[in-house]
Amino acid sequence: MENIYLTIVLAPLAGALLAGLFGKVIGRSGAHWVTILGVATSFVLSVVVFKYMVIDGNEPFNGPVYTWMVSDGIHMQVGFLVDRLTTLMLLVVTFVSLMVHIYTIGYMSDDPGYQRFFSYIALFTFSMLMLVMSNNFLQLFFGWEAVGLVSYLLIGFWYKRPSAIYANLKAFLVNRVGDFGFLLGIAAIVMYFNTLDYAGVFAAAPAMAGSTMQIFPGSDWSVMTVICILLFIGAMGKSAQVPLHVWLPDSMEGPTPISALIHAATMVTAGIFMVARMSPLFELSETALSFVLVIGSITALFMGFLGLVQNDIKRVIAYSTLSQLGYMTVALGVSAYSVGIFHLMTHAFFKALLFLAAGSVIIAMHHEQDIRKMGGLRKYLPITYWTSLVGSLALIGFPGFAGFFSKDTIIEAVHASHIAGSGFAYVSVLSGVFITALYSFRMFFLVFHTHERFDEHTRAHLHETPAVVTVPLIMLAIPSVVAGYWIDPVVFGDYFGDAIFVSHAHDVVGHLAEEFHGTSAFILHGLTGPAFWLATAGLGTAWFIYTQKPSIAEQLAQRFQLVYRIMLDKYGFDRFNEIFFAGGARGTGWTLWKLGDVLLIDGLLVNGSARLVGWVSGVVRHVQTGYLYHYAFSMIIGLLLLLSWFLWLAPGA
Amino acid sequence: MGEFPLLSLVIWMPIVGGLLVLATSQWPSLNPRPLALAVAVITFLTSLLLYTGFDVSTADMQFPEKASWVPAFNIYYQLGIDGISMPLIILTTFTSVLVILAGWEVIKERPAQYMAAFLIMEGLMNGVFAALDAMLFYVFWEGMLIPMFLIIGIWGGPRRVYATIKFFLYTFLGSVFMLVALIYMHTLSGSFAILDFHVLRLGLTEQVLIFLAFLLAFAVKVPMWPVHTWLPDAHVEAPTGGSVILAAIMLKIGGYGFLRFSLPITPDASHELDWLIIFMSLTAVVYIGFVALVQQDMKKLIAYSSIAHMGFATLGFFLVFTIMDNNAGSSHGSVMAMEGGMVQMVSHGFISAAMFLCVGVLYDRMHSREIADYGGVANTMPVFAAFMMLFAMANAGLPGTSGFVGEFMVILASFKASFWIAFLAATTLILGAAYTLWMVKRVMFGEVANDRVAALQDVNGREIVILGSLVFMVLLIGLWPAPLVEVMQVSIQNLVAHISVSKL
Repeated sequence: MENIYLTIVLAPLAGALLAGLFGKVIGRSGAHWVTILGVATSFVLSVVVFKYMVIDGNEPFNGPVYTWMVSDGIHMQVGFLVDRLTTLMLLVVTFVSLMVHIYTIGYMSDDPGYQRFFSYIALFTFSMLMLVMSNNFLQLFFGWEAVGLVSYLLIGFWYKRPSAIYANLKAFLVNRVGDFGFLLGIAAIVMYFNTLDYAGVFAAAPAMAGSTMQIFPGSDWSVMTVICILLFIGAMGKSAQVPLHVWLPDSMEGPTPISALIHAATMVTAGIFMVARMSPLFELSETALSFVLVIGSITALFMGFLGLVQNDIKRVIAYSTLSQLGYMTVALGVSAYSVGIFHLMTHAFFKALLFLAAGSVIIAMHHEQDIRKMGGLRKYLPITYWTSLVGSLALIGFPGFAGFFSKDTIIEAVHASHIAGSGFAYVSVLSGVFITALYSFRMFFLVFHTHERFDEHTRAHLHETPAVVTVPLIMLAIPSVVAGYWIDPVVFGDYFGDAIFVSHAHDVVGHLAEEFHGTSAFILHGLTGPAFWLATAGLGTAWFIYTQKPSIAEQLAQRFQLVYRIMLDKYGFDRFNEIFFAGGARGTGWTLWKLGDVLLIDGLLVNGSARLVGWVSGVVRHVQTGYLYHYAFSMIIGLLLLLSWFLWLAPGA
Repeated sequence: MGEFPLLSLVIWMPIVGGLLVLATSQWPSLNPRPLALAVAVITFLTSLLLYTGFDVSTADMQFPEKASWVPAFNIYYQLGIDGISMPLIILTTFTSVLVILAGWEVIKERPAQYMAAFLIMEGLMNGVFAALDAMLFYVFWEGMLIPMFLIIGIWGGPRRVYATIKFFLYTFLGSVFMLVALIYMHTLSGSFAILDFHVLRLGLTEQVLIFLAFLLAFAVKVPMWPVHTWLPDAHVEAPTGGSVILAAIMLKIGGYGFLRFSLPITPDASHELDWLIIFMSLTAVVYIGFVALVQQDMKKLIAYSSIAHMGFATLGFFLVFTIMDNNAGSSHGSVMAMEGGMVQMVSHGFISAAMFLCVGVLYDRMHSREIADYGGVANTMPVFAAFMMLFAMANAGLPGTSGFVGEFMVILASFKASFWIAFLAATTLILGAAYTLWMVKRVMFGEVANDRVAALQDVNGREIVILGSLVFMVLLIGLWPAPLVEVMQVSIQNLVAHISVSKL
């Protein structure tokens, strides 16, 4: 099996290297063939691993690949941990990646950077697989930064566009703020556990639960709280939680396939995966869990609001992604890790679907992304229409669709939790359901229904996209429906086994499991719950406002102008960061440079002492008269001074 | 191999070779470049024997040579290397090959003298790392500056005279005090052997004075804030090759000095004053990081980035005492800190060389270092853009590149010393990415900015060889640092054990 694990990661890497270094030699079709072959290999082998691990029920694998280095007795290794959590992530990552690879053939068909693009997405797949298969914090950080690198490269893929290269720099730097916390968290782990391996850290963690450390003199902090919050700051960057969410909407500057793969289905969920992986640590700090919960709730609700006022088709979905990441984070906060991962999985399918469908619309509309200039596309793009409908219903949690199972369980779990902040979280996630339905179907109706708002020229060229685009849509639509029925084993069964640890006091999922009586009963129960009615209300409101009485939307915007402005301004985060952080950093740099380096050090000290030397030598020059008796005289004075020093001042005098 | 004077060979071969290259200038029809390259390559290959023949299990000085030099003062021609100096010698011989190649076409004015200066400098720098006699060390230390002055003064830019004088005064000021300290210790011990100084008993006041004298010499060389302002000027005026040697090797000599002199000779003073070094190092990381952000000149930006990165090296070297104080006397973690500092030095050698060479590639074509003159270079030089992107990421400390390894080790270790030291050190993650990638954005990305950028030719075969070999090193150390750490492990453990014991 070890060779299989190695092949899973190395196959996409080989594809990436071939397409990247020899892109000119192998040509366009060569590039997509090698990378698709690589990722397809990984997918097939992931299915093999799934059978081996889950169906045959073998023990998890945990072993090193090679020793990166040994320093101060700490073994830093590259190694794999393949358990059921990893297996699930492998399936999701390789499947979505494969679909996106195929889709890209159509989407990027006339782009001059074709080979480069395939090289990047294959490299991304490699990095993401290294991240999820890691058995230690070093490799986790490697994968973590590597996916960030590829994300940077892909957001700026069209490097001539000023907006794209602004967005990718922003994404990298905001992520680095998260990584700053993450790295400190890893440093704290090394300090207290003397190892980087998950197994060693998890085993020693319970004994550390009562330990404290001092950050400010005189204040004791629980070590586990500090570690968990630092690690979670990393997750906040990667999984775009408020206030480090600002990079994700701008990341839409990248080509649509990567919005689906990286900025919806996989990379942005790395933070969720990481926290679930670290469940044995987070369970030891209720403070950290509450922190996670509150951040997640804020993201889930307030980012959803912003989806209501966006007009760019991809940005609507981007804000929806932020909001859904908030839901996953909320699940982690109430210790429902398995539910969070379950929502991660269902979301990966339906959100990748929605993005790729949006991409299909964008191709058909000749790179028009403004939903105000669409409308009535239903009859031109039937496959895109139906798959989008499936995706949207899954997203709003309509009973029977995948998102229903995962989202409803999150809401139930929050309801059952008693941890600090769960009351606020419950209100947030419940209100979020209405908002989600409203913005999703606002977009859906504006794009596919209502009257056509584009010109004759566009209409003449409007037709369904080619099969390389529509087949991945259909392939993703299937799990967007059926993946939900997997809730029985994954959430309420013991699918995860030892991979996820939940302490008895926080076990809300166990509590829910007692009331779980099969999926059909679950659906029936869902029909009576508030979430279903809120989703229906949101859908109905969207239908009424955007298809029946479009004037209402304008009136609302007029009536609540202040709120509308604030939402258009994205609560002012971007402006604040631009002025305070970016401007502040530049200002600090200028001040330190001009005041510190140029004026003080160079002006005063260096050139000042040069001038002083010049002045002194000017004075001393007068002493060098050339008269012997002057020199003799100064020698006598010098001798007298030396003698006085010996007599009165020297040690022992 | 034991009897064979390998170290003398890597010192004198380039010097003699350099003199031969110099002699070719008598015959203008002769092309000095192939000879210079041959000397550099043979020296590099010879220096690899130091690696293959190195015994990683001992902290003793290896490949020893000793001959009487000035018997009246007990001065010996004494050489030897341990795990700290060996990687630096190989770094020197490797980089020297690259600078010879880098000057191949660009230097049309007196190429023989140019190549000779680099070869002679290479031998002298190897001498600095291999010398075990303080006077011998001092001679090499001062000697290597002469070729550098010439390189900046003759082949440099318009303000080269100001830069050279500033460079000279700064470094000279520092080394005079070091000389006094060395002579003082000679009067106590009757010997100039550095290893004798290590075991020389010194009182605290003596130690503090000696420490400060060394600090002045080494801090200028590293350079540490606030004695760093000569570096940006020197870099801006130096030709590409000069910048590469300056950044890749000369700065390391300052760091090496701390490990070979300051720490083992004056451990108690180091303990007393470690807060000063830590403060200066963190200032380098944070303050210089901000200053680098607003530079308009690419070479200045990279020069400031060098100062910030070297801050990690000095920080790693001096964490040991704080770690012991805050962990009930246990020095666990300080080996990692010091190794991290060493790895950072080696890695910075490759990355800064690569960054300066990249700027050189652009400068050779456009004759400008101003960021504002560029824009959209990736359109016309795609292969170069890929190289530059990789080195920029290495400069920003991306895992998988060598730039990550040292910073990672030092940050991990500094957490043991104090949360706040780790906090300030880790800001490099943000600042380093900000100044490097912002520059890359303005230079490489965007629409083609002007006609001169539109006319750019992508890198040629020679440049691909130079940059490609640096890619290899940067990725090798990034993906598998174990061999590098292994050679220095025992020497550093020995050093930490030595300085944990008070001399008082």
